[in-house]
Amino acid sequence: MTPLPGIRDASKNRPPDAASLNRLRAEVGERLRAVIPATGVLTELEQLRPFECDGLSAHRQPPLAVAMPANVDQVQAVLKVCREAGVPVVTRGAGTGLSGGALPLAGGVLLNMSRMNDIISIDQDNRLARVQPGVRNLQISEAVRHLGLYYAPDPSSQIACSIGGNVAENAGGVHCLKYGLTVHNVAAVDVVTIDGERLTFGSEAFDAPGFDLLALIHGSEGLLAVIVEVVVRLLPVPRHAQVVMAAFPDVGSAGHAVARIIGSGILPAGLEMMDHGCILAVNDYLDVGYPECEAVVLCEVDGTAEEVADQLVQVRDVLLAGGATEVRESRSEAERLALWSGRKAAFPAVGRIASDYYCMDGTIPRRHLADVLAEIQRLANTYGLRVVNVFHAGDGNMHPLILYDANLAGQTETAEALGAAILEACVAVGGTVTGEHGVGVEKLDTMCVQFSTIELAQFHALKAAFDPEAILNPGKAVPTLARCAEFGAMHVHGGRLPHPELERF
Amino acid sequence: MTRPAPEKDIAEALAGEVEQAFRDRAALCIRGSGSKDFLGREPAGRKLDVSRHRGVISYEPTELVLTARSGTRLSEIRDVLADQGQMLAFEPPAFGDEATLGGTIAAGLSGPRRPYAGSARDFVLGVTMLNGQGESGRFGGEVIKNVAGYDVSRLMAGAMGTLGVLLDVSLKVLPRPEAERTRVFKLSAAAALEKLTTLGRLPIPLSGAAWMEGRLYVRLSGSASGVSAAERELIGEPLAEKEAAGFWTGLREHRLDFFADDRPLWRLGLPPAAPELGLDGKGLIDWGGGQRWLFSALPAETIRDRAAAAGGHATLFRGGDRREAIFHPLSQAMLALHQRVKAALDPAGIFNPGRLYEGL
Repeated sequence: MTPLPGIRDASKNRPPDAASLNRLRAEVGERLRAVIPATGVLTELEQLRPFECDGLSAHRQPPLAVAMPANVDQVQAVLKVCREAGVPVVTRGAGTGLSGGALPLAGGVLLNMSRMNDIISIDQDNRLARVQPGVRNLQISEAVRHLGLYYAPDPSSQIACSIGGNVAENAGGVHCLKYGLTVHNVAAVDVVTIDGERLTFGSEAFDAPGFDLLALIHGSEGLLAVIVEVVVRLLPVPRHAQVVMAAFPDVGSAGHAVARIIGSGILPAGLEMMDHGCILAVNDYLDVGYPECEAVVLCEVDGTAEEVADQLVQVRDVLLAGGATEVRESRSEAERLALWSGRKAAFPAVGRIASDYYCMDGTIPRRHLADVLAEIQRLANTYGLRVVNVFHAGDGNMHPLILYDANLAGQTETAEALGAAILEACVAVGGTVTGEHGVGVEKLDTMCVQFSTIELAQFHALKAAFDPEAILNPGKAVPTLARCAEFGAMHVHGGRLPHPELERF
Repeated sequence: MTRPAPEKDIAEALAGEVEQAFRDRAALCIRGSGSKDFLGREPAGRKLDVSRHRGVISYEPTELVLTARSGTRLSEIRDVLADQGQMLAFEPPAFGDEATLGGTIAAGLSGPRRPYAGSARDFVLGVTMLNGQGESGRFGGEVIKNVAGYDVSRLMAGAMGTLGVLLDVSLKVLPRPEAERTRVFKLSAAAALEKLTTLGRLPIPLSGAAWMEGRLYVRLSGSASGVSAAERELIGEPLAEKEAAGFWTGLREHRLDFFADDRPLWRLGLPPAAPELGLDGKGLIDWGGGQRWLFSALPAETIRDRAAAAGGHATLFRGGDRREAIFHPLSQAMLALHQRVKAALDPAGIFNPGRLYEGL
C-alpha cells in the first residue's frame, strides 16, 4: 500500500479541505474494513461525534475514522494500515483525560481501546492481575475484593477511566503519597510499537533486564507505543482506616499543619485540603457539614487497628497544635465515607456554582503553598475570574478550579490565560505544570516555560526512537521548538525571554 | 536546607570532558567510587570521575525530598536522613564505604525492603544529567507527582550509566519506622516459599522476608503497637535486635557467611511465588521470594532458561566471564529498541559502551 496524498498536513493538525478529507475518510475506512470487522470501523460523521473530545471538552475535533480493535492482532493490523498510509493514530481509552491527550486529529484515526476490556487473569499468589487496556480502574479492585486484595491508584474518575489510559497518563489519585502513582503499581505492560512489534516492558518479577522502558511508557500519552495489556500489582486491603477532619482559620496554618504531620513521621494514606470557596460549594451541594472556615484538612491513616489508633492520636495532636479550631474523626466506616464524600464531590459541587470550570493540575513543593495560593488569588483578581482550590496536600498537587462562563464572549480565553499564569507560578517555585492530568494539547505552551530547548529536543529524540515518522499522537505532550519560540516571543517572563537561542518567527 | 560547598560543583568540568569525548568519539567509563566496578560487563573507556561532584543540595524533611550531587557518598545521605528520622526506603546496597548516590541509582539496586516499599527507580523524582553531547538537562523534579514530559529520570535507574552522566538526583525519602522486629521460622525452602505466599496477602507491616540455610527471617516495621500486634499474629521465634540488624545489613551488603563462595553468583528475579527452580548450587531467597541468589557452576544457559521459564530473568552478579553476557539477554526487537533509545540520548555511543549489553 502507498501513502495517501495530503495526509502529512493532517498530522500537523492543519485540517485539510472537506473534499480531500472525505476522499481520505473513504479510503482509510475501506483499508481498515479490510483488516478488522466492519463493526469495528466508524466513518459516518454522526458516529464520529461522540469521540470528538475527551474530558477536556473545550477542544473538539471529529477524527477521520474510529477503529475499535477487539484483540491485539487487530491493533497490529490497524497500525499497519495507518503506518503504510501515513495516517496518524490517536489512541483513546475511556476518554476521561483532562488535558486533551485523546483529542482526535482531523486527518487521523482514533484507535478506541474500549472493546478490549477483559480481565485476563488474576494471580493471587503473586498478587498480580493481567488485564486488557480497556478495563476500568475500579473494575480491578471489584474483581479481587473477595481475595482481600485491591489495586491502589484511585484517580477521581476511577469508575470510568481505563487502565490503559491510567498508564498512558501515569494517573494519580488521593492515595499517592503512601501508595504511589500508576508507575509504582504496574508490574508489566505489553505494547505494540509502530512497527507492529509486540513487546513486554517490565515482568512479573520485581524488575526486568535492560532499560526501565516500563517507567518510560508511563505518562507517555500515547506517543511512544500502543498499550495492549497491563499487569497490575495488587495489595492486601488494609484492615482499618480512619479519617480526621480539621478546620483552620487560614490556609497558611493548614499548610504548616500538613507539613508537621509528615515531619512527625506519619505517612497518611490520604491528605487533602480544600479552601473556603470549595468548602462553601461542597456544603451547598451535600449535607456534609464541613465547618465554614478558611481551610479544611482531611487526613486518613490506614493499617492495622493498632497502628491506626496510635497514629490518630498523633495526627489529632499535631492538627490542634497547628491551630485547628475544630477536629472531627470518623468513628465508623459510614462516618469515614461521609467525611470523604464532600472532598470526592468537590468537582460536581463546583460545577453547580459556576456554569463552567477549568481544572488546573500544577504541583509545588508544599512549603510554598501559602505563597502560591496568595498568588493565585492575586492572579484571579487581575483576570477578573473566581478560583476555588482543591489540593492533594500530601503530595503538593493543586487543583485550582477556575470558574467562568463559556457563553460569555472571551471568558474561555481568559480562563485559559489565567490557568497558564497559575501554572507558571507553580514552575516559578520549583513545581511542575502537571501532576497527574498530563500535557495533552492543553499545556503545550506552559511546557515551554518548564523545559529548556535541550530538554525538549531530548524528548523529541526519544519519541523518534520509538516512532520516527511521528504516527502516534503527533503534536501532543511535547511542544515543537518552533511553537516555544513563537510562544516566547509573545511572552516575556520576568524580563527574560525563554529560549533566547531560538529564532523568532 | 543544606547549602553544599560550591567547590564541590564540577558540573561544568564534567560537561567539558563529555563534549570533548563526543567530538573525539571516545568512550567514557563513568565512575563514582568504583564500588560497583564488579557489576555488569567489563568496563571500557577513559574514566570520567564524578566522585568529586558532591554535596547535598537541598533537603526538606517535611517535603520528604532530598536532592544531592551524584558523587555524594551514600553514607553521608544516610546520616543526613537519619538525623531527621528519615531514610532511603529502597534500602540500597552500597557494596563499599565510599559508594555514591549516582552509582547507586545507575546500578538501580535495591535492598530487602524492595517488595514492600519500592525500588530505587520508584524513589527517583528527578535528575539533572549530561547527555552524550555534554548538554545538561533537568528531568522530573522535586515533587512527588509530576507527569510533564517523558519520565527520563526513572529511565536512568538501572541503565548502568549507558544513557547519561547523572549530575544530581532528587529522591523521595520516607520516615524511619518507629519499631522494627524480626521473627524467625525453621523451614525448608519449599515450605518457606509457601509461607511467604500466605504472608504476602496479609495486611501486616512487612518490611523484609528472606530464607537462608533452613531459616525464614520475617521483618516487621511500623508503629510499636502495630508491630507488636503483627508479631503476635505471626508467632515464630524473635531475633534479638542486634542480631537482626546484622542479618539484614549483611544480606543487603552480601556480608553474610553465605556470600563467601568461589562459584559465580547469580541473581534471579522471579515472580515471588515461583517454586524452587531446582538448580544445582547454594541458594538464598530474598524479597519475599522475588529475588533469589544462587552460587552455581552450572552453564549460564541452563540458569537463564530455567529463570525465564518461571517468568523471570537471571543476572551473573559476580564472577564468571565478564566479556560474555551478564544481564539476561534481550530479544532482537528489544535490543534494537534499546539501541535507538541509547542513540537518542548518547548519539555517539560514548557512555559505558557494552557495560549493559554488547552493542549497546
